[in-house]
Amino acid sequence: MSMSETPPPVHATSVGQSQDEPDVIIRLDAVEKRYNREEPPAVEQLTLDIHRGEILVLVGPSGCGKSTTLRLINRMIEPSSGRIIFDGDDVTDIDSTELRRRIGYVIQRVGLFPHHTIAQNIATVPRLLGWDQKQIKTRTDELLDMVGLEPKIYRNRYPKELSGGQAQRIGVARALAADPPVMLMDEPFGAVDPMTRDRLQNEFLRLQSEVGKTIVFVTHDIDEAIKMGDRIAILRDRSVIAQLDEPARILAYPVDEFVDDFIGSGSTLKGLHFERVRDLEVPEYPVVRLDTPRETAQQMLDESDARWLLLLDEADKPVRWLNDSHVNDTSRAFGQTGPVVQAVVERNATLHDALEAMITSSVAQSVIIDPQGRFLGVIQLDQLTEVIGRIRREAQEHYKQLVANRKAAK
Amino acid sequence: MSTPTAISTQPPSRLAGMRGELSLVLTPLVLLIVFGLYWWWLGSQNLSGQAASALRTESLLLQTREQITITALSTIGVISIAIPLGIGLTRPAGKRFAGPMLAVASAGQAIPAYGLLVLALAILGGVFGRSNDNILQNTFGTWFGPGLTITVIALIIFAILPVLRNTMVGLTQVDTDIIEAGLGMGMTHRQVLRRIELPLAVPVMLAGIRTALVINVGMATLAFLIGGGGLGVAIRTGIQMSQNIVVLTGGVLTALLALSIDWIGAVIERVLRPKGI
Repeated sequence: MSMSETPPPVHATSVGQSQDEPDVIIRLDAVEKRYNREEPPAVEQLTLDIHRGEILVLVGPSGCGKSTTLRLINRMIEPSSGRIIFDGDDVTDIDSTELRRRIGYVIQRVGLFPHHTIAQNIATVPRLLGWDQKQIKTRTDELLDMVGLEPKIYRNRYPKELSGGQAQRIGVARALAADPPVMLMDEPFGAVDPMTRDRLQNEFLRLQSEVGKTIVFVTHDIDEAIKMGDRIAILRDRSVIAQLDEPARILAYPVDEFVDDFIGSGSTLKGLHFERVRDLEVPEYPVVRLDTPRETAQQMLDESDARWLLLLDEADKPVRWLNDSHVNDTSRAFGQTGPVVQAVVERNATLHDALEAMITSSVAQSVIIDPQGRFLGVIQLDQLTEVIGRIRREAQEHYKQLVANRKAAK
Repeated sequence: MSTPTAISTQPPSRLAGMRGELSLVLTPLVLLIVFGLYWWWLGSQNLSGQAASALRTESLLLQTREQITITALSTIGVISIAIPLGIGLTRPAGKRFAGPMLAVASAGQAIPAYGLLVLALAILGGVFGRSNDNILQNTFGTWFGPGLTITVIALIIFAILPVLRNTMVGLTQVDTDIIEAGLGMGMTHRQVLRRIELPLAVPVMLAGIRTALVINVGMATLAFLIGGGGLGVAIRTGIQMSQNIVVLTGGVLTALLALSIDWIGAVIERVLRPKGI
């Protein structure tokens, strides 16, 4: 794809949200990093708003400048031009060490200090800020608890006694120590095995739901980005934003070939992770009970499009699927014939879960139940197809609107 | 030259560590026993008048003290020059001087010790020759003669390389992720140096210092060549008088002193090695 064909970056949230203006905590304003006058810049004229309390994931192929971008925010790398606005203040020229103490920082290989105990490692920034000993001790234990490591056991250990996953937890605890409003995380879970990574990701999301930090997260793994991000910025060379939006919308509507290639195959399936069963409007489904007369059941089958009747027990719990032949099999009662209902999902499940249940079910549909196990409805493949179509249409509409708004603004 | 290698710094394995601990305890015992046995054997010998006068306890004590003084002063000199220099040469501003500086330091060690001593005497003799200009002599008393001062300077030049090189290696081998983490959390460069880089470089630096100590205590035996005193005096006297027992005593004392000082170096290494690494 040549330069002239590259569409302008689309900022989903920079236009058309006048009523619901997001609270911007960090603004990168035309930030650029050039190492060498002759060569193209590593980061080119990047303008990006980071909202308070969100996880913003910077994702892109190797060498696209995502790490450099992250390090420009806490000025580990000094920008060549442009401004960095932190909480309303221009911090482009203030003392960078003072800035960094206000921003948590987690790197891939953790970088724990091997000659310091776990407690001393966590206490690094509080010590720099001059907290008193008692305060530091309380905070250290609190953080160890928070990341799931028993303070009594781990407080006085040295980093070499930790596993990779534990070390990364301490890395996160250390970054959280002085309760900074913002955390920068550079491929924090990149150096651990896939199983540990999954667990760390889940733990981190749980932790984040408690602490509600603003997080800028760098990864090259689109699946991690989709899992972790409230918003995702897909970056191409020189850290140019190809698309910036919520994961669901990026999956539903990749703006160009680059994004499409990057998110890879299966994006529709991944998109189903973001839709919940509870938001689905399911049509009425024919149900029978143990004491329903056979004629009534037969009539229901005849009148409905459905091939299967759902049998409920006295407590409204789904039991079996019944078709024509089961209904007419007078030798057996309703409770003793037809495939047993196995594919059930709760209202809070994602459509991805629903689909998974559906394809394992012998009747290719899954039953929605409430937490007590009582029948609420039935999902069929048609409904999923419909949802996928709707998501795509909505995303497309959204982007059309954006472009129109932008034209109008000009 | 740009990537100097350190001198024996491998952290001991558990078994080697235990052996190391054992030898730390046993070494002084063995040295004491050897010294006691030799002293007892020496006392039992029928010494000639010449030998007896050369082996008077006071003169042996004086020579040992001189030997220790030369070793201590030259090592302190080496440390106070090589460590700041090594730090400076690993900072971004000093990096480009690292190669040339190491070359100069290597040259210091390449010159034969005897030659270096004589050269130092020839160059510095004029400066320190008159005792009223000699700061060390004025400070520490008359036994601190010009020969001793010049010896110390020559030994500093001779032994600077291992400490300089190991300081640089120790500092540059610190994992960049650890430094990155420190800076990223808002440590200043000075704080990273003091709290992270130097403590982590300590084992490698100490290995260099121990090497310098051993070089210095050995070389101090040559100080007599330019009137610097030390146990070399006993050895020379013995040779001149053809008194083998005097030569032997000088040699044994030199060896025992060198081993004791090496042991002290080992203890210091052990004590100062940071926990956790």
